[in-house]
Amino acid sequence: MKKVIMGNHALSYGAMLSRAQVISAYPITPQTQVVELLSEMCADGTLDAQFIKVESEHSAMASCIGASVAGARTFTATSAQGLALMHEMLHWAGGGRHPVVMGNVNRSMAPGWSIWTDQNDSLSQRDTGWMQFYCASNQEVVDTVIQAFKVAETLMIPAMVILDAFALSHTYEVVDVPDQALVDKYLPPFKPAIKLTPADPRAFGGLTGAEHYMELRYKLEKDMEKAPALIEETGREYEKLFGRNLGLVDPYRCDDADFVFVTSGTAGYTARVAVDELRKAGIKAGNLRIKVFRPFPFDSVRKVLGKVKKAAVVDRNCSYGAGGIFYQEVKSAVYGRPGMPPLFGYIAGLGGRDITTDSFKEIATDALAKDRPEEEIVWIGVKK
Amino acid sequence: MSQEVKKEKKFTMTLPADELMACGHLACQGCGATLAMRYMLKALGQKTVLCIPACCWAVIDGPYPYSSMDVPIYHCAFETAASTATGVKAGLEMTGDTETTVVAWAGDGGTFDIGIQALSGAAERNEDIIYVCYDNEAYMNTGIQRSSATPYGAWTTTTPVKHFKTRPKKDIVAIMAAHRIPYIATASVSHPEDFFKKMKKAKDIKGTRFFHVYAPCPTGWKSRPEDTVKLARMAVQNGYFPLYEIENGEKTTLNLKLKDRKPVDDYLRLQGRFRHLGPEQIAAVQAEVDARWERLIKGCAA
Amino acid sequence: MRPKKAKKIVFKSAEEMPLMICSVGHQTHNLTGAWRNIRPEIDLGKCIKCGICWKFCPEPSIEVVDEWPVVDYDYCKGCGICAEECPSKCIVMVEERK
Repeated sequence: MKKVIMGNHALSYGAMLSRAQVISAYPITPQTQVVELLSEMCADGTLDAQFIKVESEHSAMASCIGASVAGARTFTATSAQGLALMHEMLHWAGGGRHPVVMGNVNRSMAPGWSIWTDQNDSLSQRDTGWMQFYCASNQEVVDTVIQAFKVAETLMIPAMVILDAFALSHTYEVVDVPDQALVDKYLPPFKPAIKLTPADPRAFGGLTGAEHYMELRYKLEKDMEKAPALIEETGREYEKLFGRNLGLVDPYRCDDADFVFVTSGTAGYTARVAVDELRKAGIKAGNLRIKVFRPFPFDSVRKVLGKVKKAAVVDRNCSYGAGGIFYQEVKSAVYGRPGMPPLFGYIAGLGGRDITTDSFKEIATDALAKDRPEEEIVWIGVKK
Repeated sequence: MSQEVKKEKKFTMTLPADELMACGHLACQGCGATLAMRYMLKALGQKTVLCIPACCWAVIDGPYPYSSMDVPIYHCAFETAASTATGVKAGLEMTGDTETTVVAWAGDGGTFDIGIQALSGAAERNEDIIYVCYDNEAYMNTGIQRSSATPYGAWTTTTPVKHFKTRPKKDIVAIMAAHRIPYIATASVSHPEDFFKKMKKAKDIKGTRFFHVYAPCPTGWKSRPEDTVKLARMAVQNGYFPLYEIENGEKTTLNLKLKDRKPVDDYLRLQGRFRHLGPEQIAAVQAEVDARWERLIKGCAA
Repeated sequence: MRPKKAKKIVFKSAEEMPLMICSVGHQTHNLTGAWRNIRPEIDLGKCIKCGICWKFCPEPSIEVVDEWPVVDYDYCKGCGICAEECPSKCIVMVEERK
């Protein structure tokens, strides 16, 4: 059924349709609407779930983990400072193999206080053993939450579904809200083989010596490596039921491109408009929007980049002292492989500064004028 | 009693015989915390799950891949005993189990200090969990550093003799009473029948139930392992650790009236952590114990 | 009740380990009797079957067999609480002989 909904509510609909059973969350701008709508859905019985109004994000994730290990499907949502506060517990969910699904609204880290978008908050958590999905439309948000539960619970790896603050969280778009009966067909109930129950008394997470720890992490990595194929497979399944494929990357006009932008989030849709305009001006441009960042889609990225002459990676984040994070990871994906193009790195849009089609044209002009990158970072739109 | 009479006589057991805790665990000789766990489980039975944060019990149960318990345990992050238990309870209920008792089992560090936010949050929401703090009065698991449960005068590695702890012990029971939760009780490993009775009572109450259990630690208190029960008994009998209950944050019931409270000297003398205290400091300890006892009596139901 | 003297667990590969970080074996494999320097000896002639030694053992390594207290020396750590608390003073801590 088609509805006009905001990005935050798309997260709520995703959780509701996925029949999340325990939701534990703490409000933070610009995520508040996610939990407010879920609260209403729980109150009026639309969603049969317990909503725990915890006193901090750290407790939100701790209680999601507790509920998950007790056998329930769990969901939460947060942003920036809240996500950072959860950091210890993100490692816990990842390492503990608890398939919590979380919506994260990409908001800039303080100080100074900023409620607008950039990606440092979620990218700072890239080592915690969580899958990360970067969405660019509200439709994608609803669909991805549902898929995330399926993949997370199959692999027992938690997942975060990420959207830009305001640019998506508060933007209203037409969304085809999936039919509950079809979602139930796609996503069966959560039935973990091992859980916290007196019927099978075990101790979880006890003192683990050097003789065991590495194998446990090896198992996590091996399961994470199954994710790309599983995401593509469940994406195709989703397409059969709902008509929309959910994959690892979203290439736009890349097949015959000489030059591509590598983007993520809503900037990845703005890039398409720039691509069309560049094409009109005679430049064979394309856009590779990376949707799944963890696990890193090595093969999908190499497949596209191996066919172009040049690529410009646009980061809405910065790892201070090392540059844009997508840039670093894309570079490592292609390093040493024959036939890969030179890669140029750009940082734009921090703290919610707009990334426009002009930004992309500035990037294209800069990259096309050079054979090889001259700097680690080219800053776009900064008064230097 | 003649040998013939004795042969017929049954072995007295003031607590149920069933053990939900097995041998081989890693507690120190004479550990008060293990006695506390043993008694609690006798009262709650096998349909119990424990959420245990970083504390001695995170290690006592045994390393991966072993456990010494017949109940499931989730080892959780240090500050999350109450928040993890909150989630476990919700998860069990949503998957059809409304019977299993969920217990957050934490030391004084994870309760008075780093875990107090989660505890306060859970209590304010009246989560349906039993929170048990076994108090050995310092961060014992990490090597005897002070906590806000460390009493005035005590040596710890972070309150060395030249700089012993001068701040009083935080009154965790008063803090919990301020949350107006249905049930609070103190207990001591020296009075297992009292602890058992209160835990059984708590099991049938809905909402947040809080226990403050006195659990002497020979390693951290520099006391003899064989004195653990004796020290706990002395603390109860001199009023240092009174046994009482508070219902709904208002009604206080003293479980053990003390007509002639013993002085604290003998109790302090058995512990190396108080060895450096001179007569003035011991008098200060006595004065504080006396004042607290008077306040407690005044607040009790008639 | 966990079986006594359980087997030690050795994983030959990561495959053998469960996906969740959880126990698969019993801690009773660990015979803590090896820790002690002194052992309790109960004089059953003086024992009044009050139950106190059984009640206050932290392991718990005092069992009741045919209505008499019996120390399980595989696990007893020799803490001495039983001897200290026994009202008829029928438990004596003696040095272990090697």
